[in-house]
Amino acid sequence: MSLKDKLLSSYLAFEDHLEADSPIHDLRTDAIKQFQEAGFPTKKEEAWKYTSLSKVLKQDYSIFPSPENNLEFKQVKKYFLHDVDTYKIVFVDGVYSAFLSETTHDKVDVCLLSSALSKPKYKPVIEAYFNKAAKKDSLTSLNTAFAKEGAYIYIPKHREVEKPIEIINFATGSEAALMVQPRNLVVVGENAHVQIIERHQSLSSNAVLTNSVTEIFAEKRAIVDYYKIQNDVSTASLIDSTYIAQETQSHCKVHTFSLGGNITRNNLQFIQNGERCESTLKGITILENKQHVDHNTLVHHTQPNCESHQDYKGIYADTSTGVFNGKVYVDKIAQKIDAFQQNNNILIDDKATINAKPQLEIFADDVKCSHGCTIGQLDEEALFYLRSRGIAKKEARALLMYAFANNVLESVSIPELKTRINKQIAAKIGVSLGFQL
Amino acid sequence: MLHIKNLHAGVSNKDILNGIDLDVNPGEVHAIMGPNGSGKSTLASVIAGKEEFEVTEGDISFEGEDITELDPEERAHKGLFLSFQYPVEIPGVTVTNFIKTAINETRKAQGLKDMPAGEMLKKIREKADLLEIDRKFLSRSLNEGFSGGEKKRNEIFQMAMMEPKLAILDETDSGLDIDALKVVANGVNKLKSKDNAVVVITHYQRLLEYIVPDYVHVLMGGKIVKSGGKELAYQLEEKGYDWIKEELV
Repeated sequence: MSLKDKLLSSYLAFEDHLEADSPIHDLRTDAIKQFQEAGFPTKKEEAWKYTSLSKVLKQDYSIFPSPENNLEFKQVKKYFLHDVDTYKIVFVDGVYSAFLSETTHDKVDVCLLSSALSKPKYKPVIEAYFNKAAKKDSLTSLNTAFAKEGAYIYIPKHREVEKPIEIINFATGSEAALMVQPRNLVVVGENAHVQIIERHQSLSSNAVLTNSVTEIFAEKRAIVDYYKIQNDVSTASLIDSTYIAQETQSHCKVHTFSLGGNITRNNLQFIQNGERCESTLKGITILENKQHVDHNTLVHHTQPNCESHQDYKGIYADTSTGVFNGKVYVDKIAQKIDAFQQNNNILIDDKATINAKPQLEIFADDVKCSHGCTIGQLDEEALFYLRSRGIAKKEARALLMYAFANNVLESVSIPELKTRINKQIAAKIGVSLGFQL
Repeated sequence: MLHIKNLHAGVSNKDILNGIDLDVNPGEVHAIMGPNGSGKSTLASVIAGKEEFEVTEGDISFEGEDITELDPEERAHKGLFLSFQYPVEIPGVTVTNFIKTAINETRKAQGLKDMPAGEMLKKIREKADLLEIDRKFLSRSLNEGFSGGEKKRNEIFQMAMMEPKLAILDETDSGLDIDALKVVANGVNKLKSKDNAVVVITHYQRLLEYIVPDYVHVLMGGKIVKSGGKELAYQLEEKGYDWIKEELV
């Protein structure tokens, strides 16, 4: 049985367990129909031209894993931040782990989507926001159909969450192959502020396929700072779709650090619904072996006087492949937009590949939009400069790779996270330098 | 200290250096002058080990050892320093972190431990003062957004930090105004001793008023066609290079 058929038949069983009066019952029914019609995306679709899921979809995934997979904290300690206190929403094989989590209902809600979907007090928020930003493409629809668990974060107006929130999804390998579909909902009220770190981590070499959907709503003057750490094992694939809807004067930043995994697809879409919004999309991608990362971004400017900044850096070794497909869409009434898109890539080995496709669609006539894309190797002149100062070739190359990626790290506002990512990059490049950039 | 014998080098079948002979001894200052395209910068790069250039004949020895086949970093570890004509911008790496890395990598290669942080800091301050470099400058990204003069001053600062046995200054005077030129020249002179040597590559006699050479060589068509004392530099300044060409014919 194909994975699609398996999912469709599983849905029937899944639906039986749900309450028919759930606020999202109709959404699910529509969503599964959409998935049934569209199926999994193939390379024939323009948006999936450079990323094939066919190998990943051949595995026989368990869709409903066993609910009890306990992890000791010490087994997974290294995946959390240490020096700063954080809220934690942790899932093990798709199931919430109360033991590893630290949630709160004190002035803000940092808890579970499953509660939010079932408890009446959350109903107004669910009805107002759930599935309102998400697009209706087949993979998002598939996630919506099965949406049951994930993080639910609600920050009322004028609240600043005093500590970062970590959302971590562990896969234990208790199943030979596991498919999980986390669904996160983040609502940040007027003038509120939140920092979130999201991570998917497999703890074994068994196959994992994650089809994750996150919706983020930034109300007026809200500030959202979101970090995605993608440093998974080589048997774990991730399809991440994140939809961000911004109101007037809100600022949203998403940093994506893609340092591992098998196939990773990032669909990152911003829509600016108010004036004077700022959207920032930054990424560092460092790949080796056969790894594949596809960044598919969209910034939709629907209102005047807004800004967007995109800056993606990629370093590709061995036979790894990268895709950057970045689109900026400016509506006719969205005058005085300042949109900037930058994508720089370094290919370390002859067989590494990058497919870069920047797209600007501009219907307003008074805007400042620019994009730049480079694909190259490490600068030989710079390498000679460093070597002539006594820095050996390997270290000199590492230093240049650091320098190349560095400006993306500059805007990381959680110092420990910055340090950790720095270290991961150093480990990935294979050297340790005597200082931190 | 440096002995270059019949050096031929070039890039993909194009010869640039056509048999250079040059001997530099400790305590000496040599100037290499010549018109554009005569091979001055190529000579500097080949001595420093730039891989883009292929040595097709002859050899370079440094302190009695043949270094013709050595990597640039190995030459640096032996005490060779090249001040670049066009220093490269490295965003994201501060001047301080860069020089620390350079010094400690060199020490590692020489079998020494890292320089203690206190000592490093003291040395950085001392050398920055020598070259009248503002402390703030040290925490900026290496050469990024530096003016021409700042870049050159930073090169000499690095030289001061690394204390090479032989420094090659490739057109260090270009892009410097007269005040900056004096500061840089003063720095070079203070670092000069009977044990080290300097090779100054320049277009103009101007720098040589401040860094006074013991020998002046004229490079033309990839060959040293004339050598003399510092008075040769004045003659070149006055008469240009044509008279040498005529002399050669």
